[in-house]
Amino acid sequence: MSGYFILAILALAFVVTFQIAKASEYVSVLKGEEKTFKQNNRINAFLFIVFLVLGLIAAWWCNSMYYGKTLLAQPAASDHGEKIDFMLLLTIAVTGVVFLLTQILLFWFAYKYQYTEKRKAYFFAHDNKLELLWTVVPAIFLTVLVGFGLFYWFKITGDAPKNSQVVEITGKQFNWMIRYPGKDNVLGRKNYRLTDASSGNALGVDWEDGASHDDIEATEMHLVVNKPVHLVINAQDVIHDVGLVHFRLKMDAVPGIPTTIWFTPKYTTTQMKEITGNKDFVYEISCDQVCGTGHYSMRGVIIVETQEDYDTWMASQKPQYVTVKETATPSTPVPDSTTVTKVAAANKPIAQLN
Amino acid sequence: MSSETILHGQTTEAIHVHEDHADHGHHHEESFLTKYIFCQDHKMIAKQFLITGIIWAIIGGLFSVLFRLQLGYPDMSFPVLEDVFGRWAKGGRISNEFYYALVTMHGTILVFFVLTAGLSGTFANLLIPLQIGARDMASGFLNMLSYWFFFLASVVMFASLFIQTGPAAGGWTIYPPLSALGQASEGSKLGMDFWLISMALFIVSSLLGGLNYISTILNLRTKGMSMTRMPLTMWAIFFTAVLGVLSFPVLLSGAVLLLFDRNLGTSFYLSEIVVKGEILPNEGGSAILFQHLFWFLGHPEVYIILLPAMGMVSEIMSVNSRKPIFGYLAMVGSLFAITILAFLVWAHHMFVTGLNPFLGAFFVLLTLLIAVPSAIKVFNWLTTLWRGNIRLTPAMLFAIGFVSLFISGGLTGIFLGNSTLDIHLHDTYFVVAHFHIVMGVASFFGMFAGVYHWFPKMYSRYLNNTMAYIHFWVTLVGAYLIFWPMHYQGLAGLPRRYTDFSNWQSFNQFAGMNRFISTVAMIVFAVQLLFVFNFFYSIFKGRKVQSQNPWGANTLEWTTPITPGHGNWPGEIPEVHRWAYDYGKDGREFIAQVEPVGADESKH
Repeated sequence: MSGYFILAILALAFVVTFQIAKASEYVSVLKGEEKTFKQNNRINAFLFIVFLVLGLIAAWWCNSMYYGKTLLAQPAASDHGEKIDFMLLLTIAVTGVVFLLTQILLFWFAYKYQYTEKRKAYFFAHDNKLELLWTVVPAIFLTVLVGFGLFYWFKITGDAPKNSQVVEITGKQFNWMIRYPGKDNVLGRKNYRLTDASSGNALGVDWEDGASHDDIEATEMHLVVNKPVHLVINAQDVIHDVGLVHFRLKMDAVPGIPTTIWFTPKYTTTQMKEITGNKDFVYEISCDQVCGTGHYSMRGVIIVETQEDYDTWMASQKPQYVTVKETATPSTPVPDSTTVTKVAAANKPIAQLN
Repeated sequence: MSSETILHGQTTEAIHVHEDHADHGHHHEESFLTKYIFCQDHKMIAKQFLITGIIWAIIGGLFSVLFRLQLGYPDMSFPVLEDVFGRWAKGGRISNEFYYALVTMHGTILVFFVLTAGLSGTFANLLIPLQIGARDMASGFLNMLSYWFFFLASVVMFASLFIQTGPAAGGWTIYPPLSALGQASEGSKLGMDFWLISMALFIVSSLLGGLNYISTILNLRTKGMSMTRMPLTMWAIFFTAVLGVLSFPVLLSGAVLLLFDRNLGTSFYLSEIVVKGEILPNEGGSAILFQHLFWFLGHPEVYIILLPAMGMVSEIMSVNSRKPIFGYLAMVGSLFAITILAFLVWAHHMFVTGLNPFLGAFFVLLTLLIAVPSAIKVFNWLTTLWRGNIRLTPAMLFAIGFVSLFISGGLTGIFLGNSTLDIHLHDTYFVVAHFHIVMGVASFFGMFAGVYHWFPKMYSRYLNNTMAYIHFWVTLVGAYLIFWPMHYQGLAGLPRRYTDFSNWQSFNQFAGMNRFISTVAMIVFAVQLLFVFNFFYSIFKGRKVQSQNPWGANTLEWTTPITPGHGNWPGEIPEVHRWAYDYGKDGREFIAQVEPVGADESKH
């Protein structure tokens, strides 16, 4: 009912506006178009200045309201993130100056040079010096931004350190699956045709590869603080994207094409709770590439902890191969482990490829 | 005295005199069918494009209001929605399927059907023959076909809205495998085939139109109209057409391959896929290939949308500042530079797809290079205003608004084009804010400026000024109120295309802002309806144009009769003697292009 009521009010507002608009047109013709034109010109020119001033105030007000709710208000949780934050501030500073300068000039000119009978427009068709000035100056600023940007870009996308912890993350509609390489630090080979969630092989791991036998599968990602982590990213069905907002990173998960990313977490989850003052703080993995109707709910959790806590957690995990073998029924035999090791030796493990 | 005579005076005779001469030489009877439906006159085709575009804009805009309802008021239910949309809005709430379909169709409709066909189609058709001095387009028949292919594309796309499984729902960029696999999403079933067929038809329309625009501008300029004497609108539309002709076929190939993957079992984009537990046989394809093909059009598309707006703004700004456009050749040069660079930056949409970082570096450099010609344009517009004698007509207001929005949205492009920052900001609301301001709202402002400026030429009547002022101020203020705060959501990392943020610890802090944005969006939408009303009302009831050259402009379209007939000029096509921007020269208000250069005239 209230919906129709709102529609009725809207319709009424329309009619009133229309009638006023129509009447003012008659008035303008009767009063003399020249006179009305001058009056409207003055009003609109004045409104430009009002818009400029109120707009700048509103921008400042908006910033004071929302700055604290953005990530600018908290430190980046990874080393790469710190570089990105610096780059962000630098770009805000440069573009901010340009923004203020050009917007103020634009609205100020629109006001100052509004039509009067007295003024003659100044015939000014071109000036090579000015043209050169605003070709070269922006080019210099952009060179600086490109320089910084690419310097960091190559650092961030460069090779992961040798001592990185390898973790595999796989996206599917609509959740994330995590796999650790286990003691051998090598992820077992996968073949998507072996995927069978009902028999405990949701990732399509090839159990014939011995390197897979100590692989740990998990639903939460545990990372060690200050230890570089090398993510190997996969997708099973459609493109997803591993969004790590607190680390300021993201990377697509593409079916058939593994991608990678690496970073070093700087704060444990507990430390971040103190830093952000939010006792419910948790590192979240968001899906940042639209992947279907459940896209908005594709959430994963990362727990960054000390080495001891991590070791305790890891000790409590059982390799997926063992779980599968324990629950295996005679109809789905698991290959004998002695033949498996031979096969594995002949195959290059995935983690070494990266 | 009746109100009609107050507005229109008694000059109807003078206006209609020309009609006897318009078709001299090949006089023929026009039926309703040849005049309004299968019309080959460029002015009527322009109107067809514009009105079809307006209808699409209302649909596309309404879709955004619907999904903003979900984002702004996630806890409320609107029973009226269920009455209208049935199971798509069960319990008065927009379902997830519906949300993604709305978002996808909003993008598709506004990018392609409104801001490409509605903007280029309208103003290229209307202005090219009128401003270069031609009787019509190079091929009136192809031009007619161009509209009718667009109409067919519109019919197919509109039909897809009524399919049982709904229209395409994978985002307007329709990345496979999501768009290739019906199992992965309802919207990837029949709706996706309709989308692809519609786009194929659309591309045919765009190519027919584009080739026509290029050949007309190159071949049919009147005597004396050298390329460097053309108004900037012509240059902008010329480059737009070149962009479209060279890039749209690439999207066509991408779309056809996707149709094959969907229906013929090929594996261009598919490899090693397990969807909903089903193991697919496809191997060896690349999902990323599609993104290359898509963005090879997709990025030039941004400039296909923006360049005509830039051209019209340049023209309108010069006319209403009563000053020449500053740095005409620099303006042409920067349009040219943007056109070239538009082809060389597509992979900046793909920095986080696993693209080779070394390759990415080149795309960073080339992307940020676009800021240089953009800066030239902005400063030239500012200098055009400087020491002018500015008439703030509705068209001029929108032109100034365009520059403001182009600056705001252009500067955030410097963030996103820098790959280091893109890792953080990619696919967040920062991107949404960026492209809505710079390509969406700014181009709309260019389009509105064009409509207000050339409406008198199209319909021999004026739009109502009061409604125009309300339209401008609410839209400008509203655009900033909607999209400025969105940057903050982006800086908080909020991902795009989420129907609901309440389950996220990192993203749930903006409920109040979302409600505010949604409310403003609805008000702005209502005011656009006011514009549409003004448009149609003024076609029939607007104040009549009394003078041939109401804005005191130099260009050729204002030398035609108030209501030009077939062939535009009743007699000979006028000869051109100068560039289009002699405003305020030698103490004269303006000197039309058709006036010969005087003996003692100063040089510029």
